[in-house]
Amino acid sequence: MSWQPPWGRAGVAVSQATVRLSLAPNAAGPVVEEPAIGEETGSKEDVDLPWQVVVHNDPVNLMTYVTMVFQRVFGYPREKAERHMLEVHHKGHSILWSGVRERAELYVQQLHGYLLLATLEKVN
Amino acid sequence: MEICRQKDELEISELDPFLAELLRQIPVSTKPEGTPTAEDRLFSPPAGTKEKEICAEWKLYVQPELRRLFRSATETVAADLEQLNGNEKPFANCTLRIPAKHADAWLNALNQARLVIVAKNNFTDGELCDHYRSPIGSRRDLSLFQVNFYGFLQEFILRELIGSQEKPCD
Repeated sequence: MSWQPPWGRAGVAVSQATVRLSLAPNAAGPVVEEPAIGEETGSKEDVDLPWQVVVHNDPVNLMTYVTMVFQRVFGYPREKAERHMLEVHHKGHSILWSGVRERAELYVQQLHGYLLLATLEKVN
Repeated sequence: MEICRQKDELEISELDPFLAELLRQIPVSTKPEGTPTAEDRLFSPPAGTKEKEICAEWKLYVQPELRRLFRSATETVAADLEQLNGNEKPFANCTLRIPAKHADAWLNALNQARLVIVAKNNFTDGELCDHYRSPIGSRRDLSLFQVNFYGFLQEFILRELIGSQEKPCD
């Protein structure tokens, strides 16, 4: 799936800044105006905290299938994907990835497309 | 039943009427309607209950996309299964050919069907691991057999997918 949810952009920290050049009277050269910084759309907490993608155990999904999904979604080599799959199987869950919220949301969306039980969580 | 890869197709031959009927049941088995637990399993929440905003927006923007994806996979499988309806002799064994490019759709639809059947029957882990239970005993036993049969098909398709990635076909 390549569709990106509109809310995936909410955590963007740096808003558009504009820099304009203008000529002031009696000035020898161009004057740089102060950049106008727009307001952030997400809360500071959302921006600062990393998020993690957690996959939970499910007795129905086949082990080989889960391994293949991890390889496809995260681009992990087979051995790493299998390690995570076994962690899900034995411990009930595995943290597959952590980082910015927008990316975590997209990973969770892809995992749901493969019918895996996946959630995104704030890293404490 | 014989199952093998023939160039760009996965071929399931010598399908007896019982197994052919189980295959025909795949599209209808993916429908969670009427069973909230099945619906909840196909469309599980993306975050914990504290993340109300994320869950609400997910329902609004992502769930419709997921529904489309699942429906599309089921429609592909249903179209492939049309081959089983043209048999002139109703009780004869038949053959199903699945184009290799439909493998992902089959994996998805089989997974939907397995998840929905398990949710509808509320199977325990113990039951799911019992691969030798007879399908004849009851409707519940038949459903469990269906889950295991679909799982077997998934395993075969996965083996072919992984095999074709690791060693190129001649």
